[in-house]
Amino acid sequence: MMRAEAGDLQHSIAPDMRDTDLAPEVLDRQLERVWGTPATLWGILATVDHKRIGRRYVATAFIFLAMGGVLALLMRLQLAGPERRLIGPDRYNQIFTMHGANMMFLFAVPVMEAIAVYLVPLMVGTRNIAFPRLNAFSYWIYLAGGVLLWVAFALDMGPDIGWFAYVPLSGPQYGSGKRADIWAQMITFTEIAALAVAVELVVTVLKQRAPGMSLDRVPLFVWAMLVTSFCVIMAMPAIMVASTSLILDRLVGTHFYNPAEGGDVLLWQHLFWFFGHPEVYIIFLPAVGMISGILPTFARRPIFGYLPLVLALIATGILAFGLWVHHMFATGLPRLGESFFTASSMAIAIPNGVQIFCWLATLALGRPVLAAPLLFVLAFFFTFIIGGLSGVMVASVPLDTQVHDTYFVVAHFHYVLIGGAVFPLMGAIYYWFPKLTGRMMSERVGRVVCGLVFVGFNLTFFPMHILGLQGMPRRIYTYQPDMPWGGLNLFVSLSSCLLAAGFLIFFIDIMRCMRWGLPAGDNPWNAATLEWATTSPPRSYNFARIPVVSSANPLWDEPELLVSSGLRVERRELVISTVAAAVPEARDASPANSIWPFFAAIATTGMLISSIFTPWAVVWGSLPVMVTLIGWFWPKSTPEDQA
Amino acid sequence: MRALATSLALLCAGCTGSQTVLAPMGPQAAQLNWLLWSFILICGIIWLLVMFVLVLALRYAAVPSQRGERRAAVIVGVSVAASALVIIVLTVMSYAATRGLSVAADDPLVIRLRGYQWWWEVTYTDRRPDRMLVTANEIHVPVGHPINIELSAADVIHSFWVPNLVGKQDLIPGRRNDLTFTASRPGVYRGQCAEFCGLQHAHMALLVIAEEPAAFEAWRDAQLQVARPPETIEQEAGRTFFVSQPCAACHTVRGTNAAGTLGPDLTHVASRRTIAAGLLETTRGSLAAWIADPQTIKPGNNMPMVTMTPEQLRAVSAWLVDLQ
Repeated sequence: MMRAEAGDLQHSIAPDMRDTDLAPEVLDRQLERVWGTPATLWGILATVDHKRIGRRYVATAFIFLAMGGVLALLMRLQLAGPERRLIGPDRYNQIFTMHGANMMFLFAVPVMEAIAVYLVPLMVGTRNIAFPRLNAFSYWIYLAGGVLLWVAFALDMGPDIGWFAYVPLSGPQYGSGKRADIWAQMITFTEIAALAVAVELVVTVLKQRAPGMSLDRVPLFVWAMLVTSFCVIMAMPAIMVASTSLILDRLVGTHFYNPAEGGDVLLWQHLFWFFGHPEVYIIFLPAVGMISGILPTFARRPIFGYLPLVLALIATGILAFGLWVHHMFATGLPRLGESFFTASSMAIAIPNGVQIFCWLATLALGRPVLAAPLLFVLAFFFTFIIGGLSGVMVASVPLDTQVHDTYFVVAHFHYVLIGGAVFPLMGAIYYWFPKLTGRMMSERVGRVVCGLVFVGFNLTFFPMHILGLQGMPRRIYTYQPDMPWGGLNLFVSLSSCLLAAGFLIFFIDIMRCMRWGLPAGDNPWNAATLEWATTSPPRSYNFARIPVVSSANPLWDEPELLVSSGLRVERRELVISTVAAAVPEARDASPANSIWPFFAAIATTGMLISSIFTPWAVVWGSLPVMVTLIGWFWPKSTPEDQA
Repeated sequence: MRALATSLALLCAGCTGSQTVLAPMGPQAAQLNWLLWSFILICGIIWLLVMFVLVLALRYAAVPSQRGERRAAVIVGVSVAASALVIIVLTVMSYAATRGLSVAADDPLVIRLRGYQWWWEVTYTDRRPDRMLVTANEIHVPVGHPINIELSAADVIHSFWVPNLVGKQDLIPGRRNDLTFTASRPGVYRGQCAEFCGLQHAHMALLVIAEEPAAFEAWRDAQLQVARPPETIEQEAGRTFFVSQPCAACHTVRGTNAAGTLGPDLTHVASRRTIAAGLLETTRGSLAAWIADPQTIKPGNNMPMVTMTPEQLRAVSAWLVDLQ
C-alpha cells in the first residue's frame, strides 16, 4: 500500500485514540474532522474523497454525453436528405470522429469507472478508495484530455480521422496539421486516467473489503468492476503502444506504419483492435454489474445463479481478448485465422446467454416491482438482445464482408452500446441517485424518459440495419439523390429528435431532483448491499464503524448489521483484509487531502500538450512533473501498517 | 423480429436498386444472401423466444420454494446448452459459406483495381502487352465469366464493395488482396468505397457493367483504340488547350501528348456513364461544370481549378465529350 501521512491534526484527541469506546456523536464529529473536505477552493482542488471525485467524474462524463449527442444530431441533420450542404466534408469528418472518440473515451469508459469510484468503496464497506490521490490525479487528467479535444474541435482543429484513426490516413503524409496528434494525445490522457482508476479498483476490491466479505459475498457490480479493471490493465497498453508509435511516426519521422520503409499498415489495426474490442466489454461489463445490482432489489429476491454470473463475467473478460480480428475481416487475412476469430466471436454469446438466462430466472422466481430502474433493465433486454444477435451475424466472416462498414454495423453497435450499456446506466442513475444525493428522482418522469428513450432509440437505429443492407456505407457526409436511402434517412433523423427529447428530460429531471426531490432515507428501495447501510448521501468517512458481513445480501439476511471497532480516529485509517476470505489483517493509513495531485496533473498536461508541437517538450516538460511528484510523495514519517 | 423481418422483405421487394445486398446478381452474392436470411430467421426466432420468456417471467407470480429454484436451474442449464448448439450450427453454416466462396475459378479474367483518393484506376491485364488497358471508375465484365480482381491502393486504405455481386475487400497500401466474383445477369451494379478514406469518401463510387461476352469484347476493342481525332475546329482548340495546360500533367489521353498519371485516364472518358467517380452523369454540361469548379462539386478532391476563358471551357468540354 501507498505510504501516507496521518493527517494534519493537532487537536485535543490523544494519539492512538481508538473508536472502540467513543459515543456515536463524538465518533461522528471526530471522523468528520479527520476525513472531511473543507468547503474552500483549496478543499475542492485538494480533496481525495472518492465520493466527491466520483460525483465529479460522473457529472463531467454526462456533460460529454450531452455534447456528443449534439454532434449526433448535427450528423442526422446533414443526412436527413441527399446532397445537403449544411455541413461540408471537412467539418463532418471532424464531427463523426469527435462523436465516436468523445462517446468512447470521454463518456462510456469514464462514466462506468466513475460510478465504480463512487460505489465500490461503499459496496465493499471501506472508507476510501485505494490510492486516493492517484484517484484525484486521474480525474484532473481526464478532464484535461476532454478539454483538449473539445477546444481543438472548437478551433476547427478537431481530429478528422475517425475514432479508430487508421493509418495511413492518420499518418504524417495524409493527416495534415495537428489534428491526428490531438487525437493521439487525447488517447494518452484518457488512458492514464483509466489505468489509474483500474489499479485503484483492483486494490480496493482485493484488499479493502469489510471483514467477512469473502469472494463469494462480493456484490456482482463489484465483481464486474474487478473484471473490467483487469481488462483495462491488459487492453490499454496496446493502444498506448499504437498511439505512441503513431505520434513518433508523425513527430520524429519513424516508420512503424509506413509500408514504403518497411512499416506495416495493418499493424495499426491489430494494435488498435486488440484494445478496441475489449473496450466494448470494458463498457459492457460494468453495465452487466449494474443490472445484477438492480434486478434483485426489484425482483425482491437474491440474484439467481451468483456463481454462474461471476464465471460468465470472467469468461467474457477473457474471451474479449480473442475477438479483435473480427473488425478486420475485410482486410484479406488468411482464412484459417479468420475462422478462429469467427468461432471465438460467436462463443462469447454463450457467457452472455448465461447471464441473460440467470436474470430471467431471477425475475421469474421473484415478485418484480416495475419501478423506473427496472423499466430501464427491461428496455435493456429488448434492445441488447437484438444487438447481441446482430453481433452473431457480423461475427460470421462471409456475412461481415457484406455488412462491415455499413449502417448495419452502426445499428448493431448502437444496439449493443446504448441498449447494452446506456439503458442499464440510466437505470443505475435512477437506482443510485438517492444514495448520491439523498433525494429520490421522480418516478413519473422516469417512466416518460424511459418510454421516450426506448421508442426514440429503436425508431432511430432499427432502420439503420435496413439502410446498411441497402448498401449505405458508414462515415459518408452525404449521398446522392439516386440512391434509395433518402426516405429512411429522413425517418431516422426525425426519430432521433424523439431520442434527444428523452435525454433532455432526463437531464432536466436530474437537476430538478437534486434540489427538489423527495428525501430518500438510507435505504429507499430496501436493497441488500452495503452502500445502503450508511446515510444518503454518505458522510465523508462512509461508515462510522466498518460493517462485518456474513452473507452475500447483508441487509436482508442480517437483522442487525454487526460492526467492527479498533480503528484509530485521529488519523485516516481503514481495514486491510485478506484477498479471498476478507479476514482483517491490518490497519492502514489512508492518504489525506493534498493539492499535489492537482499540480501534478497540470504539469503532466503541460508536458503532453507541448509534446504535440515539439518532441523536446518531453525532456523539459518532465521537470515540472518531477517537482510535483516529489511534492506529492514527500515522506511524512507515517507509521507502517499496523496489524 | 419475424414481423420486422417480413416487413423488411416487403420493403426490399421494391428495391432492385443498383447497390444493395438484398438483390444478389451473382452466385457469390446469392450465397451470402441465403446465409443472411438464415441468420436473420434463426436470430429472430431466438429473440422472440427470449421476449416471450421475459413476459412470462414478469407475469408469473412465484411462490418461493426449493423446487422452483431447482427447476429454474434445469431450465437455465438447458437454455445455455441450446444456445451453445445454435452457436455451433451458425458457425458451421458460416464456415460452409466461406468454403463455397473461396473456390478458385478456372481461367478468370484478371482485372487490377487501384484505389486513389477519390477514384478507381482499372487495369485489364492480358498476355499480350498491347492488349493491356487502363480506364477508370467503370469496370465492364462479361456475364457468366469469373472475374478476379487484384486490389491495391496508392495512398490510403479503400475498400471495394459491389454488394449485388460480392462482399467487400480492402485495398491496402503495401499489400495486395484479391477477390473473385461472377455476374450472372447483365446490368449496372454500383459499388462504393467502404473504408473511410478522407474528405470525399462519400463520393468514391464505381460501376460494374455486366454485359454479354460479345458486347464486352466490342467494348474492350473500342477502349484499346487511341482517342479519336477532333472533328470540329472547337474540338481541335479544346485538345490544344488540354495538352498545353496543366490538365496534361495529371491525365492521360492516348493519342495525344497528355500522359499524366495522377488522375484518371481520359482516353475514352465520354464512353463512361459518370465522371468524378460516380458523382455526375457524363454530359458536356457536367464536364464543363466539373472543369470550371471541381472544388465546389467535390470539395477537397485533388483536381485544381485551372483558369480559362469561357471559349476555352467550351472548347475543352466539346472535345472531351467527343472522346467516346
